[in-house]
Amino acid sequence: MPDATYDVIIVGAGVVGAHIARQLSRYRLRTLLLDKAADVGDGTTKANTAIVHAGYDARPGSKKALFNVAGNAMFDQVCAELDVEFDRCGTYVVATSETDLATLQDLASRGRANGVTGLELISGEEMRRREPGLTEAATGALYAPTGGIVDPFALCFAAAENAVSNGVELALNTTVSRLLLEGNRVVGVDTNRGMFRSRWTIIAAGLHADDLMRTAGLEGLVIRPRKGEYFVLDRAARSQLRNVLFPCPTPVSKGIMVTPTIHGNILLGPTANDVDDKEDLGTTAAGLNETLTGALKLIPGLDPRLMIRSFTGLRATGSTGDFEISTPAERPGLLVLAGIESPGLTASPAIALHVVDMLREAGLTLQERPEYVPTRKGIPRFSLMTTAEQEALIAQDARYGRVVCRCETVTEGEVVAACHSPIPARTYDALKRRTRIGTGRCQGGFDLPLVLEIMAREYNVSPLEITQKGGASALVFRRTKEVGL
Amino acid sequence: MKSISCDVLVVGSGPAGLAAALEARQTGAQEVLLLERNDELGGILQQCIHTGFGLREFGQDLSGPEYAWRWIDQVHDAGLQVLSETMVLSVDATRRVVATSKALGMIEILPRALVLAMGCRERPRGALAIPGTRPAGVYTAGTAQRLVNIDGYMPGNRFVILGSGDIGMIMARRLTLEGAEVAAVCEILPYLSGLRRNLVQCIRDYDIPLHLCTTVTEVRGQDRVTSVVVSGVDADRRPLPGTEREIPCDTLLLSVGLVPENELTRMAGASMDAVTGGPRVNEGYATDIPGIFAAGNVVHVYDLVDDVSQAARIAGRSAARYACSTQAPTGPTVRLVAGENVRAVVPQLVHPAALEQESIALHMRVRTPIEAPVNLDLRLGERTLLSRRFRYVRPAEMLTLTLPQRLAGELAGATELSVHVRT
Amino acid sequence: MIDIQEFICVTCPVGCNIRAEVVNNQLVAIHGQSCQRGEAFVQEELRDARRMLTTTVQVVGGTLPLLPVRTASPIPKRLLLLLASELRRLQVQAPVEAGQPVLPNALGTGVDVIATRGITAA
Repeated sequence: MPDATYDVIIVGAGVVGAHIARQLSRYRLRTLLLDKAADVGDGTTKANTAIVHAGYDARPGSKKALFNVAGNAMFDQVCAELDVEFDRCGTYVVATSETDLATLQDLASRGRANGVTGLELISGEEMRRREPGLTEAATGALYAPTGGIVDPFALCFAAAENAVSNGVELALNTTVSRLLLEGNRVVGVDTNRGMFRSRWTIIAAGLHADDLMRTAGLEGLVIRPRKGEYFVLDRAARSQLRNVLFPCPTPVSKGIMVTPTIHGNILLGPTANDVDDKEDLGTTAAGLNETLTGALKLIPGLDPRLMIRSFTGLRATGSTGDFEISTPAERPGLLVLAGIESPGLTASPAIALHVVDMLREAGLTLQERPEYVPTRKGIPRFSLMTTAEQEALIAQDARYGRVVCRCETVTEGEVVAACHSPIPARTYDALKRRTRIGTGRCQGGFDLPLVLEIMAREYNVSPLEITQKGGASALVFRRTKEVGL
Repeated sequence: MKSISCDVLVVGSGPAGLAAALEARQTGAQEVLLLERNDELGGILQQCIHTGFGLREFGQDLSGPEYAWRWIDQVHDAGLQVLSETMVLSVDATRRVVATSKALGMIEILPRALVLAMGCRERPRGALAIPGTRPAGVYTAGTAQRLVNIDGYMPGNRFVILGSGDIGMIMARRLTLEGAEVAAVCEILPYLSGLRRNLVQCIRDYDIPLHLCTTVTEVRGQDRVTSVVVSGVDADRRPLPGTEREIPCDTLLLSVGLVPENELTRMAGASMDAVTGGPRVNEGYATDIPGIFAAGNVVHVYDLVDDVSQAARIAGRSAARYACSTQAPTGPTVRLVAGENVRAVVPQLVHPAALEQESIALHMRVRTPIEAPVNLDLRLGERTLLSRRFRYVRPAEMLTLTLPQRLAGELAGATELSVHVRT
Repeated sequence: MIDIQEFICVTCPVGCNIRAEVVNNQLVAIHGQSCQRGEAFVQEELRDARRMLTTTVQVVGGTLPLLPVRTASPIPKRLLLLLASELRRLQVQAPVEAGQPVLPNALGTGVDVIATRGITAA
């Protein structure tokens, strides 16, 4: 058994775990952030609608409502500190019937009760003026100026990188099999890489929160995966949509929405179907069809030929219907975060602050580290620069003059930088999330051979060792030739 | 930023760019500059190590690299300027080109005429929305071709290939020769998408199972592909329930169509043809942006490289003439419209005045194959001006109809011509 | 007894459907070819079907890891896989000239395997 004893172990490096790690890195603590995947943010964080919600959806008084509104307010500062793209562009809920208009009224009053500012009900005519491609059936809309869009992966790895730069230890490819108990007390975790002991263990494991709690005898809470299927349209479709549009919500979901992404694509989805398998990330013909049909109800002119990708996300839907954030009295040393489904992304920075407060109240000594740096700088993004900036960058490092992803204009310099960032991009998917490589029209067809070569060179390994997402996801299997080099 | 001016700038040095650049020089343009994103010229030809190239251009059955090098040698002999490892980032309607180059950094190029020859790209999985998981091991055939032929890595051991396009069939053979197993080639249509000789020399010669009217309906596997589910399809290409069959494999290769690469063309503001995916061009392969021409697969996807070279010559010649201001077609144009069983016609516009100078080749594809003699008719209103007989027509094989100079008079004053395939 | 055999000619991209009437492995009548090469193709298919082999071999000391090669002329079809696997074990030293034989008289066919491009020494 490793003798290292951590002050805090965080199980799960999604957006919630990453923000908690970052907040804890302000203090003199030894913190370990664990994840079973080969990169941070590989669970629900990587597959959601990427919306910073205003906060009118949740029931007033719920934790969802509280942390949504508080988290939303933090986004400008958090994204500025972490060098993450965020656009507070406002969001709309579109009504297409008389019943829907009543729903908008309910949402507006709920929003005001939750403390959402600036909500405005507008006419169907005004909504169509703001969104020329909108369905003729629109009867009105609720405008929420505080809503926005963000890159959820970027937010997650930026927070995690900032935490790592401030001394948090990160262990990827590390699967927790059970919580360690001494009497009633949780004293760490058992993993595929051995046991890790800690004073506090925080479960931020998304879909798997209930499974982990069960290993410590905590029954009752159940996480049901709720599947959401999405389509991504090429940036060429961007002119077909101006705004973030939700349909009127149903009891199970906010409905199939149509939204620009922070990178200029259009995202359609999600469906909402309860499934049993927590690993069931497959798309289905029926789900994709439902997504497309739903999206076309809002924007009938969307061109499905511009589809470049489909994917599935699993919401970690908890049995209580609200976020579960607690320190179970019967298991001292354990802090549980469960059921953090939408608006979890928006809520994540506020949840992290709250978790720190809970730990402090529970007796953890938090002593500020004067050397804590709250800011983090991402790798350069060549495609977003002015020509003068691009010129200066190439002058500094010629590798920024070589474009390896033509659709998204990503350069060799960016790939190299991502290989040497505080949380190195060890897999193709990790590189993709950090640089946008392979996310465009050709979906990696052009860049993949070049990336294999660059990653192999930077990590000094054979291309045979580079995987798409860790584990057995090798990209190439063997050399074509049977003679040694 | 370094600024360069020249007579003719050619973007892309595949077969189209090489032919266009050389022809521009031979037509009289002095300063011809050829840009290539790779470190050597030739574009995709360098990874097409199979033969089948050059039968018309050189009267020989050459491999892709051989075909490329015949042109590259000519380009060097002609003393054309070449900038490799250079990627164009933007083009505007004034022909101002901004590029990034590993050697020169950011550069601005201001050519008198511009030829766009970026080629085409493959449709990826996302464009098909194949349901299932998202494991490693789904590649386009061209990506696999690059990995195998240039880099020397096998992307898998047991393959299913979706689509019977030429690259897919050629890769079926290539992977077999490198010791892999191709479990199946599936084609959703009732006929081949690629050339028939590839059916013989790439599929049948190696006893590779080919399934027509069949598509992949699910990808399975968590980390890496472990199998795909294939299903038969009905006449409307919808999967038939009950016909599903699981085929174990570690790799799914896609050969499901090529799309002209036209981001720069759109950026420049050229009018596009929604059917071909390329810009609308006239008989000189001029787009509707003055001084901007299009060559090869940027205009529409060809099936033979020899045809690419030939059409690109015309674009290079027109660009040189434009740059030297000696000749540019003027006057009214006639629109060419796809009629019965014709998918699209290139060029889309013809100047009758240009036809007085030389004949004009029209290229087109049929929508559905007919394995019986047919006529390809060119009509002005109800009147047939020209007819050519074909023993059969297949979507995979481009048809050419040449307008003879004698028709120039008939075209004067016309606004629209149509082409039809009839049995 | 006349045996009717169907062929798709691979000599050029047209890919003519050829119907051949064969008696005792001898061609007696032929239909569907659009040029003379069609008949020659069928004759050869009946006698000893031949194909060009194209593949790559490993290069040592060159600017590229692989050299594209082909047989200088078609070889018997039954030898394609055997020769391809033979070539997977061959190494060539850079520099290589285009057209240079890298394996003379491959498998005793009298046909050389030649480089289809040049590769300079690194």
